[in-house]
Amino acid sequence: MSARGELPGWADVALIPALNLIVALLVSGVVVLIIGENPLEAMWIMLKGAVGSIKGWGYLLYYATNFIFTGLAVAVAFHAGLFNIGGEGQAYFAGLGATVVGLSFEFLPWPLLIPLAILASALFGAFWGFVPGYLQAKRGSHIVITTIMFNFIASSLMVYIINYWLRPVGKMAVESRAIGSFDFQTFDLTGAYIPSFRELTLAIFGYRLPSTPLNPSFFLALAVAWGVWYFLWRTKLGYEVRAVGANTDAAIYAGIRPQKIIMVAMAISGGLAGLLAVNEVMGAQHRLVLEYVQGAGFVGIAVALMGRSHPVGIVLAALLFGLLYQGGTELSFAKPEINRDMIVVIQGLVILFMGALEQTFRPWLSALLFKAED
Amino acid sequence: MTPAQDTPAIELIGIDKRFGPVHANKDVNLTINQGSIHGIIGENGAGKSTLMSILFGFYHADKGEIRVKGQPLRIKSSSDAIAHGIGMVHQHFMLVDTFTVLENVVLGAEGGALIGPALAKAREALAHLAQEYDMDVDPDAIIGELPVGLQQRVEILKALFKGAETLILDEPTGVLTPDEADHLFRILGQLRDQGKTVILITHKLREIMAITDRVTVMRRGEVVANFETKKTSVEELAEAMVGRRVLLHVDKGPAKPREVVLDVRNVTWKDKKGIARVDNVSFTVRAGEIVGIAGVSGNGQSELLDVISGITRPTSGEIIFEGKSIGELADPRHLREEGLAHVPEDRQHRGLITSFDASESAILGWHYDESLGHGFRLDRGKVVNRTRKEMEEFDVRPANPLLKSGKFSGGNQQKIILAREIARDPDLLIVGQPTRGVDIGAIEFIHKRLIHLRDQGKAILLVSVELDEIRSLSDRIIVMFAGKVMGERDATANERELGLLMAGVNKEAA
Repeated sequence: MSARGELPGWADVALIPALNLIVALLVSGVVVLIIGENPLEAMWIMLKGAVGSIKGWGYLLYYATNFIFTGLAVAVAFHAGLFNIGGEGQAYFAGLGATVVGLSFEFLPWPLLIPLAILASALFGAFWGFVPGYLQAKRGSHIVITTIMFNFIASSLMVYIINYWLRPVGKMAVESRAIGSFDFQTFDLTGAYIPSFRELTLAIFGYRLPSTPLNPSFFLALAVAWGVWYFLWRTKLGYEVRAVGANTDAAIYAGIRPQKIIMVAMAISGGLAGLLAVNEVMGAQHRLVLEYVQGAGFVGIAVALMGRSHPVGIVLAALLFGLLYQGGTELSFAKPEINRDMIVVIQGLVILFMGALEQTFRPWLSALLFKAED
Repeated sequence: MTPAQDTPAIELIGIDKRFGPVHANKDVNLTINQGSIHGIIGENGAGKSTLMSILFGFYHADKGEIRVKGQPLRIKSSSDAIAHGIGMVHQHFMLVDTFTVLENVVLGAEGGALIGPALAKAREALAHLAQEYDMDVDPDAIIGELPVGLQQRVEILKALFKGAETLILDEPTGVLTPDEADHLFRILGQLRDQGKTVILITHKLREIMAITDRVTVMRRGEVVANFETKKTSVEELAEAMVGRRVLLHVDKGPAKPREVVLDVRNVTWKDKKGIARVDNVSFTVRAGEIVGIAGVSGNGQSELLDVISGITRPTSGEIIFEGKSIGELADPRHLREEGLAHVPEDRQHRGLITSFDASESAILGWHYDESLGHGFRLDRGKVVNRTRKEMEEFDVRPANPLLKSGKFSGGNQQKIILAREIARDPDLLIVGQPTRGVDIGAIEFIHKRLIHLRDQGKAILLVSVELDEIRSLSDRIIVMFAGKVMGERDATANERELGLLMAGVNKEAA
């Protein structure tokens, strides 16, 4: 029997998120109003900044690429009944994998080196997810606590590694040296360098796109989203992951070992978060920069919540957050009163309504819909 | 029976409720007299629980009207229902285990920032209620430490404390020992004598006959009959429930037991506190026979099942399955591959995954099989087709492999599990509570199926708290009490003798 507050599928998938988003935007509007700006104008600037130009779209999709990876990471863990808060640290640590492999095997041709560096990103991220998974499975240490702690460990460890091992002598900025280069005139690609779409179109068609960091990692993100769907719903291991998450007792009865699944799911989750390094380290910054993840790991939690842990939903939610990020940046340029911190407030409100308060309108909407069906 | 008073306690008029494609209640009319015990029976999925959930404000009816004491009401939530004097005792208790009885009773009626005055008032009221209805409970006992029967009593007291005039009980005896059930019935009788109205939802005909004044029979979401209990019979009710005559007795020929398939030798299992929940148990099960384990719930049967099916390891002792020690296999998956099938006691929490669709629950435990997709792949088409076939063979309704497992009624869930477990032609089938919460039609089906399996030469170990079920199916009966085997009897043992063993009295030993 269905529970009170149950909704038809379409309402669950589309109406609730839309409603939450509208409320979040309304509340944000009130905040903007309080600091003496016109909310409609602010909204217009945001929208125009994100989707009103090719450049805006470029940034939007570039941000979305990050969020797809981290959103998928959170979702896979969710399906196993685990709350992985450590996407931030896993992605950060993965940057080390991309950089170390990229720099150590610089001599390899790019068709070999780029896949190798992508693999290294995933593996380093997977390792950083696996360890808390192991501690949960074998020692019962709660995954939420350990993944948060691992974010801090990653943060400190990376400061040390970048500063003392990777930073070129004499360089002031805390970052590694460049992991490669691309010359669009000669199509000369060296190292684990993924050229941006701007560089690629320039090299191939001679057409100059506006300057954005958007690069082919976006397609990798879409492919990985499909892969996650396939894994969860079309493979035996994915079935076991969902079984453990949905009902551990039933999984044990079926001969599935939850401990194994917890470790596997956390490794996969960490690996997905690690792919963020492909977009950022290999595709955008082309070097390992201090604190390069910039909160994308945490945004992934909101993206997964909003996307209902389904890859399609996650891609859509990631696009929305990409829009907020890019639009917010434009807004802070256009309106000095609405500074960077205000943008964070607005994004926070969206996360609050989409994630934490996502059930708020459910009973009310359910009552309304069932009444309407009379 | 108390004479019907002028205004009925509850009137439901034209209640209609759909859940998507499922029409749970079709234009239901029901009148419940004040000061009576009114039974509502029907198979699982007949719409009894939905109807009561509507009355208690959990669901909203799509159509129809609810009248309490003649007054039309809109019940929007359970607090509305409570405010109008309707109380409900759920099948699964809504109690906080770590709270005391008193704290649980005031839950939801704290009445202020400070708990002290409310508790003091409740203590007084509780003492008064306990005296009035002969429901003695220590107000300072911790709920989690009380036996189930007492916990249920607390639920009733809680409802009365909140001013319930009408009390709804949903399958109240499912968790009780026969003794506790008798006591419950006495309490219900007293409640009626004091002018309260009781609605009893059950599928046990015997309970209906024993204590109700009137009975309403539901089938497929509709009210099909109303009877005055005195003027009806078990047969008539059963017929109204399922719409045809059912065999309450299982037809079976004599067993032809062959070689020993399962040999349990001196198995002991101790819990974390070091208490032996299974205590030096030994028995055998042969191919071609059904061995029934009888006993009051909680006497080590569940733990024994877990040990045999490889979910937990015995503390000591040995289990030999087809010549191999289970200690070496020691894993539900390997045991299943060796031919040990297991229908678990707890359908909802073990047998299937309620949030998965039926086809996914129908492969649980066999999901890695090559026939469902090569290598790492799980071929959705194959999974769904297989389930569709099993559903047809076992008459699962609705025969929709894509419906969520939790949306099937208990009987249909059990059929899905049974179909899954016997599909691989096992040598030994362990069955825990095969018909708990299952309607009569499905019970008959499941019983026939088990006998059929026996006649095919399978070994079957049946654990059930329903003594009737054990007696009608088993070729040999083992009685467990406090983790120990109290004795073994053959199928002809009389009920009284078994009852004594279940109560821990062994005349032979004495």
